[in-house]
Amino acid sequence: MLTSLSSGAIYALMSIALVLVWRSTRVINFAQAGQAILTTYIGYEAVTRSGSYWVGLICAVISGALLGAGIDRFFMRPIFKRVNSGPIVMIAPVVATLALLGIIQAVIGFIWGLSYQIIEAPISTDGLNIFGSIIAFSPFNLMVLIAVTLSMILLTILFQKTNIGLALRASAYAPEIAKLSGIRVDAVRTLGWALAGAAGGLAGMLYIPGSNLYPNAMDVLLVFGFIAAVIGGLDSLFGAVAGAMILGFAVNFSASYISYKLVFPTAFLILILVLLIKPKGIFSSSKGRKD
Amino acid sequence: MSLVVENLTIDHGAIRAIDNVSFTVPSGQLAAVIGANGAGKTTLLRTLSGLKESKSGNATWNGNSILGKRAEDLARTGIMHVSDGKSVIAELSVKENLALAGLWRKDKKDVALATDEVVELFPILGQRMSQTAGSLSGGERQMLAIGRALIARPKLLLLDEPSLGLAPLIIEQIFQTIKALVNKTDLTVLLVEQNAMGALKIADEGIVLNLGTVVAVDSAQSLLNDPAVRAAYLGF
Amino acid sequence: MLKGSATKKRLFGFIILGWILLLISDRIGELRQYQGAFVAMYTLAIASIILLTGYSGQLSLGHSALMAVGAYAGALSINNFKLHPVIALVIAVLIAGIFGLLLGYAAARLSGPYLAGTTLALAVSLPTIANQFPVLGGEQGLVFDIGTPPARFGEDFSQYQWFFWISCLSALIMIWFLVNLLSSRYGREFRALRDNPTAAQLAGLNIGRQKALAFSLSAGIAGLSGGLLVMLISGVSPSAFPLSLSFLLLAGAVVTGVYSLKGVIIGALVLVAIPEIAESVVSRIGGSEGFTTSLPGFMVSSLLILAVLFAPNGPGHLLHKKSTLNIKDNSREGNK
Repeated sequence: MLTSLSSGAIYALMSIALVLVWRSTRVINFAQAGQAILTTYIGYEAVTRSGSYWVGLICAVISGALLGAGIDRFFMRPIFKRVNSGPIVMIAPVVATLALLGIIQAVIGFIWGLSYQIIEAPISTDGLNIFGSIIAFSPFNLMVLIAVTLSMILLTILFQKTNIGLALRASAYAPEIAKLSGIRVDAVRTLGWALAGAAGGLAGMLYIPGSNLYPNAMDVLLVFGFIAAVIGGLDSLFGAVAGAMILGFAVNFSASYISYKLVFPTAFLILILVLLIKPKGIFSSSKGRKD
Repeated sequence: MSLVVENLTIDHGAIRAIDNVSFTVPSGQLAAVIGANGAGKTTLLRTLSGLKESKSGNATWNGNSILGKRAEDLARTGIMHVSDGKSVIAELSVKENLALAGLWRKDKKDVALATDEVVELFPILGQRMSQTAGSLSGGERQMLAIGRALIARPKLLLLDEPSLGLAPLIIEQIFQTIKALVNKTDLTVLLVEQNAMGALKIADEGIVLNLGTVVAVDSAQSLLNDPAVRAAYLGF
Repeated sequence: MLKGSATKKRLFGFIILGWILLLISDRIGELRQYQGAFVAMYTLAIASIILLTGYSGQLSLGHSALMAVGAYAGALSINNFKLHPVIALVIAVLIAGIFGLLLGYAAARLSGPYLAGTTLALAVSLPTIANQFPVLGGEQGLVFDIGTPPARFGEDFSQYQWFFWISCLSALIMIWFLVNLLSSRYGREFRALRDNPTAAQLAGLNIGRQKALAFSLSAGIAGLSGGLLVMLISGVSPSAFPLSLSFLLLAGAVVTGVYSLKGVIIGALVLVAIPEIAESVVSRIGGSEGFTTSLPGFMVSSLLILAVLFAPNGPGHLLHKKSTLNIKDNSREGNK
């Protein structure tokens, strides 16, 4: 059960990233998985060249932020500008992020090839020895939990206590009012994407050491991150994390007690249930924003 | 320092919302724009504040063109637009809503000073600082919206139907507050209103719009006395 | 109700097209016959996307799963129930259609990104069910054998030509049916659904039911194309229906214009042509294994982005001049 916390924590990072972009741009950034895996590859390069996991981690987070900002500034903004009439308006952003995902994964294939790579965890991934028995929870799992908790605390402080956070929230809730108050909504939005990109980079560096690195390695996380975000309510960062934890537990439960082959269908069922019963997510406020 | 609008034409989709409109609002004055629903008043304000593009024509403030600029940039030059629908962010607290206008300002001392002045002007806001804006009544929200705009120390205030949906007593209070502000400071106000009577009573100048065109521009007093205007907009 | 001449002309047109394809099939080699069958199959799959997304405005990334449902239903019919292959294809349509109906009702309340993400989750999770239940054959999958061509077609009539005939015939029938449907009141209702659901509802349209209906029809068509796909690869397995297939179909639909059936064959041709083009590029400039495998995906994604940027409503619109009033969609301003 403790590993659920750790996997839930990683889903939380992905779902936070999705929620950040959703709240600021009203787009589900399917390319998030591509951004995250690309920055993880960059982190992998840094690890290989420097011999240090931590250097790789920092590189991944920074490049994630830059990549996220770049995608908003140079890709999404032109798309919104160009596509502003006709029925395509509704699906263009979604299609664009999907296409971007495809391009990123293809480029990764060009540069690094498709074979599995490894990123070594910086600390042990063996189960901890507690009072003589080995539990299914390693120091690395603990590190993941701490890292994600720290990130969430930092993000919460940013959003609730700083001016920039206020500008982010205002721009997400009511971009027009924010503009009329003199807030540079476009720049703020790019910042939101940068934060999301950084979260994705962190997620990748925390996830891959337990698994293998290949272009499609984080597709699973995208699906889980999305489901977690929906469960929690797309408009709430807290909900994103809570939803991720719930999902993490459900997934591990079904893997252990039902069958590990049915992990995806289980997640899907949860998704459908939430959408049918409480479509705005379990933790959304009563003043839930309309889609 | 005046607002000069020349031959302004604005389309809203396939409809010509504002057609060749011209008027001037001298600095420090209160001009009321009145007209029936659909006359294009809101569209006019939204274009002056940068939320919407115009088709042709000019609009200058203080000699500088204000068309084709971003809304946030215009706001930073002292043009504040209080849009209708009680433009407060319901999910944020009163304090946070007020803080929005001062976020970009470098002079934080003055922002604090301005906030205090606004609380003096609208004491009810001071009592509700940590409540969410969504929990305020209509009149309180209107006060919050205007208060927020004032914190930015605006030179030109664009008000879109502040009286909408409010009780007569509150409307009176708000109108008097606006009037007092214009008298005491060098604030210029363009007030769009369906409540023609109330608006003309506090205004220096009146602009009557009908279906996107200017039907009359005159001193407010003359318009109040004009039988045609009275019949069409003042109900008597 | 323009029954009569328009419908007759259409029927005639399809019959002529059918004859032409028949004649062509004798002259082209086996490779082209095989590819032609793929084109027909993709045409159906893309048409199902156009119906759902272009006409009724529901974005689905789950069509690979719907194709899988039809494929497995067909395979089981042949293997376990010993039914005739043609019946198997019909069953593929029906089962997929029923599944689509249920899905449609569940999805009716979803919009935009919620629907996209949900169908994405479906595309990822559904094929894995095959691993759980032995009757579905697990990773290896099941055999799907459409049988050899009837003897009376002669010695020269290859298996691939048989594939070509079956695919094209199925596609022709289905598309003809679809075209008729879309020019009837159903087509108008779907479009009303897409453009202005509130108004449609006020006009008496049962939104949920219409959405589910569109989903069901789309699923049925996808199911047929799924059956054709596994016929062409002679077997059905989870790996035949990856998420990237859904994406491929969506790309094909958007590139040719998702709002009209007019160019649908072109989309299918593009999808079949890209791997070939990629191969020739690689053989000319060489490249690592990573490059070779990733190139088709790169091409499809780039094409899609170009389509979204430059011909979002389909290349046909590029030919029309924009209307005189440059209409900026102001309702988006609130979202920016």
